[in-house]
Amino acid sequence: MSGANRIPGAGRLTPAKTARIFFDGKSYAALEGDTVASALLANGVHLVGRSFKYHRPRGIVSAGAEEPNALIGVERDAARKQPNVRATVQDVFDGMKVISQNRWPSLAFDVGAVNNLLAPFFAAGFYYKTFMWPKQAWKHVYEPQIRAAAGLGVSPTEDDTDHYSSRYAHCDVLVIGAGVAGLSAALAAAKTGARVIICDEQPEVGGALHYDKSVTIDGQDGYSWAQATAANLAKMDNVTVLPRTTAFGYYAQNFVGLNERVTEHLAKPDKKLPRERLWQVRAKRVIIATGAIERHMVFANNDRPGIMLASAARTFLNHFGVAVGKKVGVYTANDSAYEAAFDLKRAGITVAAIVDTREQPGEAVLAEARSLGIEVLAGHAVVDTGGKLRVSSMSVARNGGGGARKIAIDALLMSAGWTPSVHMFSQSRGKVAYDAETQRFLPGTYAQDCLSVGACNGTNDLQATIEESLAAGELMSNASGFTASQKLALQGANAFAWTGGMAGAAEGAGPDTTVKAFIDFQNDVCAKDIRLAVREGMHSIEHIKRFTTNGMATDQGKLSNIHGLAIAAETLGREIPKVGLTTFRAPYTPVTFGTLINHSRGELFDPTRKTPMHALEEAQGAVFEDVGQWKRAWYYPRAGEDMHQAVNRECKTVRDVAGIFDASTLGKIEVVGPDAAQFLNLIYTNSWDTLKPGRCRYGIMLREDGFVYDDGVVGRMAEDRFHVTTTTGGAARVMNHMEDYLQTEFPHLNVWLTSATEQWAVIAVQGPKAREIIGPLVEGIDLSNDAFPHMSVREGKICGVPTRLFRMSFTGETGFEVNVPADFGPAVWAAISERTEALGGCAYGTEAMHILRAEKGYIIVGQDTDGTVTPDDASLGWAVGKRKADFVGIRGLRRPDLVADGRKQLVGLLTKDPAVVLEEGAQIVANPNQPLPMTMIGHVTSAYWSENCGRSIALALVAGGKAKIGQTLYVPMPDKTIAVEVSDMVFFDKEGGRING
Amino acid sequence: MLLIYCPYCEEERSELEFRQAGDAHIARPTNMTEMTDEEFEAFFFLRDNVKGLTFERWRHLNGCGRFFNAARDTVSDKFLTTYKAGLPRPDLSTLRPATEATVETYEATESNAK
Repeated sequence: MSGANRIPGAGRLTPAKTARIFFDGKSYAALEGDTVASALLANGVHLVGRSFKYHRPRGIVSAGAEEPNALIGVERDAARKQPNVRATVQDVFDGMKVISQNRWPSLAFDVGAVNNLLAPFFAAGFYYKTFMWPKQAWKHVYEPQIRAAAGLGVSPTEDDTDHYSSRYAHCDVLVIGAGVAGLSAALAAAKTGARVIICDEQPEVGGALHYDKSVTIDGQDGYSWAQATAANLAKMDNVTVLPRTTAFGYYAQNFVGLNERVTEHLAKPDKKLPRERLWQVRAKRVIIATGAIERHMVFANNDRPGIMLASAARTFLNHFGVAVGKKVGVYTANDSAYEAAFDLKRAGITVAAIVDTREQPGEAVLAEARSLGIEVLAGHAVVDTGGKLRVSSMSVARNGGGGARKIAIDALLMSAGWTPSVHMFSQSRGKVAYDAETQRFLPGTYAQDCLSVGACNGTNDLQATIEESLAAGELMSNASGFTASQKLALQGANAFAWTGGMAGAAEGAGPDTTVKAFIDFQNDVCAKDIRLAVREGMHSIEHIKRFTTNGMATDQGKLSNIHGLAIAAETLGREIPKVGLTTFRAPYTPVTFGTLINHSRGELFDPTRKTPMHALEEAQGAVFEDVGQWKRAWYYPRAGEDMHQAVNRECKTVRDVAGIFDASTLGKIEVVGPDAAQFLNLIYTNSWDTLKPGRCRYGIMLREDGFVYDDGVVGRMAEDRFHVTTTTGGAARVMNHMEDYLQTEFPHLNVWLTSATEQWAVIAVQGPKAREIIGPLVEGIDLSNDAFPHMSVREGKICGVPTRLFRMSFTGETGFEVNVPADFGPAVWAAISERTEALGGCAYGTEAMHILRAEKGYIIVGQDTDGTVTPDDASLGWAVGKRKADFVGIRGLRRPDLVADGRKQLVGLLTKDPAVVLEEGAQIVANPNQPLPMTMIGHVTSAYWSENCGRSIALALVAGGKAKIGQTLYVPMPDKTIAVEVSDMVFFDKEGGRING
Repeated sequence: MLLIYCPYCEEERSELEFRQAGDAHIARPTNMTEMTDEEFEAFFFLRDNVKGLTFERWRHLNGCGRFFNAARDTVSDKFLTTYKAGLPRPDLSTLRPATEATVETYEATESNAK
């Protein structure tokens, strides 16, 4: 027997297929197909959690996705612990470990429950009022305490070992929800040949047919019809049926996010299967068939374990074969709860009484209650309940007062009516409209190509739902270009048409401010809290929501929103639509991070770019650093060397002998066309007309506001062809910047731009022996200083392959940059590397490169500049063409602020103690003894130990810096203040002779 | 995620392929050096943050690479039309969406609350 409350012959599960689950370590028998909720209820367990704020004992309220209380943890192993799983949607599997949450030391005895007694101090908004004084206490006392108490569940501390998948899908008609409405719509759409996707959050299709056993469709039992229909749909090539799949977000232009739970219900999932799958569906048309959610009654102490929605009790009985109690009471404002009582009564359960807040319940259900011998107390209210860890009694009184009668029960079913699930419709930006007669918000104005059908559209009658859905399926298919060959017809029948429903507080929920009549179970919001919020001046539902946290828990107020709204409206004396409805936002139910990021983890998080020579550098012992997406060789440590020693050796070797450096990551753009020079004239500050083919020039590019955007060496390969280089980080945006101007501002220019960054491998050879190193490898180029001076470019061959050979230098030494087609990079690198080492040189990395260029005062755009630096500020004013009529930034440069005195200018800094290396980013002050806060006049942009200079060097942006050369400034650090002398930016070879060697 | 019609590729493609590029129909003046500070300010810095119909530039970055113009409603995010760079503003009098009366939003109810 899988639980004492399992009723033989009831439900649809197979008694022979058992499974065992462990709840807080205790073993329980379950059946395959059970949810955790149904399995626990079968074993008489109602107490499953503690509420968030007051730590009140809580039980299972619903049988579906709207569950506010029964949040559990499911543990597979140390890495796979899922907190905050709703017990009502999690299937059991054999050996499953389930733990309760938000209690200590145990569920039955929870120390935190003292909060319930302290409740008068925890009124709505108490955070905002209580923790204001003393001011310092917030940081040191209140916040740490609150943080420790906050949160639900415990997240795993190890990396998730499962994998998650993602796919895009396109369809003509997406049907959200597979109840009567969704299946009918999908059937009609599928018959037209349209591509249909139908999804449902539950393991099996059927929706309300799970509990409503009275339904027949075309003479067949409703639930069986649903399964057969889904099976037939699944066989069709143009249909995808997705159970266990929640449509959680409805985005622009019918783009809908689905979350498919693939293995969560399996005891031993195949490792190859993804745990969950994200579907990103673009649908031509969407049919929303998301049904309705039953509301609870709001009355005193309506949160004890054993008090649940009437439809949930019906689901547990009719689908899972579980009786939620032996003697149940019913409190309702709606006919639907009567059917739960009837089903239970017929299954042999005692129904103590149906308490109906209405004076006149529906005639049909009243008659049936009489014939079944169930007492109906119309015009009555449940004004209180008793019981500690489970409900044991209800106190019933006539509406309007009078003596209460206490009735012993062990479960209480409630229904205040049904809230149409307009979440998806609202997320699609449709505007809901309030139907005053039925007190419901229904789809009003549509914003996208979708249609709501069935209960979520306010259609109550079964046959009307079927006909509306069939018509919608056909209509939406027609709109996607498909037509039906024949009209479909289905005949539905059910037992009762439901009437009634109420929103807001029922009798016995106040106005006494000590009564706990819960609206929002998960966030412990009571009717009195809403009233308090209104009294304290919150008049908009958005303010009331935030003040009370109503609807802000993980269930997003699926049960509570309408009640909260109705109470606020009543207190404000306004109509419900005048108070407003809070916005529905994605996700409909919580979605795991794993699903959202799916494959984008670890190495797949972001592409990694490697240069053609990467493997060779790795073999040479390089340590790599990340530069954007690039992996760049940082330094090449030799045996016994730390980073500092390796970098010092590399810097020294380059200046004493020579070094080889991988510069392939530099951005490269081929600018070609009759107007290429004219185009570069407009893009760069420099003038390009005078540059002869075979020569290079250092160019500066500004934004229109006059600030430095990028820099780089440009070689003129021919009259109509330039080889442009950009910074590594700037390659993509410089290309975009150039394309933008070429396409939209200078479209009259005949120019083509081609990104060539990855087409060229670039090997820099720098140092006194650079020429000697490459000499024997080069063919067809005279490398002598006269024939091939600094800032020249030649085409020829190296190691037998074509090269664009640049004579240029980012070190201040004699230097070459060998450009070869990327595929030849490794071979040429190997050949040059071999000669370099033979002559006593070495490979150097980006760290040495940075130091060597700083020794010469060469700036790095983005490090020494920050988007507010002009060419003049960086001592690059010489590169701005004074006689040019136009270039991008020419007007910006003349803005008053950009020509004013006292701008921050790039200068050198020499620490008074040459051994001290400044910290990049450190602030600079003129007077270290001034009171706090000090006036900061600049900051350090680059700082290194320079082995070649035998001291530390630094570059800094300092207000009026050039006029301060020779002065002493100060860099205050946490432990000391460092005195520095302002200098020019060149620290090594001030005469600059070496570059022309 | 939006679908955007590229007027050069002549098909609707996913928003992932595109990059927004600021306001449209702001021509770079040809008399740059003669502009007053006020004129430059108006040209370069001042932009309207429009609620409703706006004209903006987009680039089909991961596609044909072309810049083009779009008329879009910033409230609904809907594209009303897209057109090639250099073409004049289209007449949108027929395309402009009717202003919808919103009954249930915060903005709409806030005025009542006052």
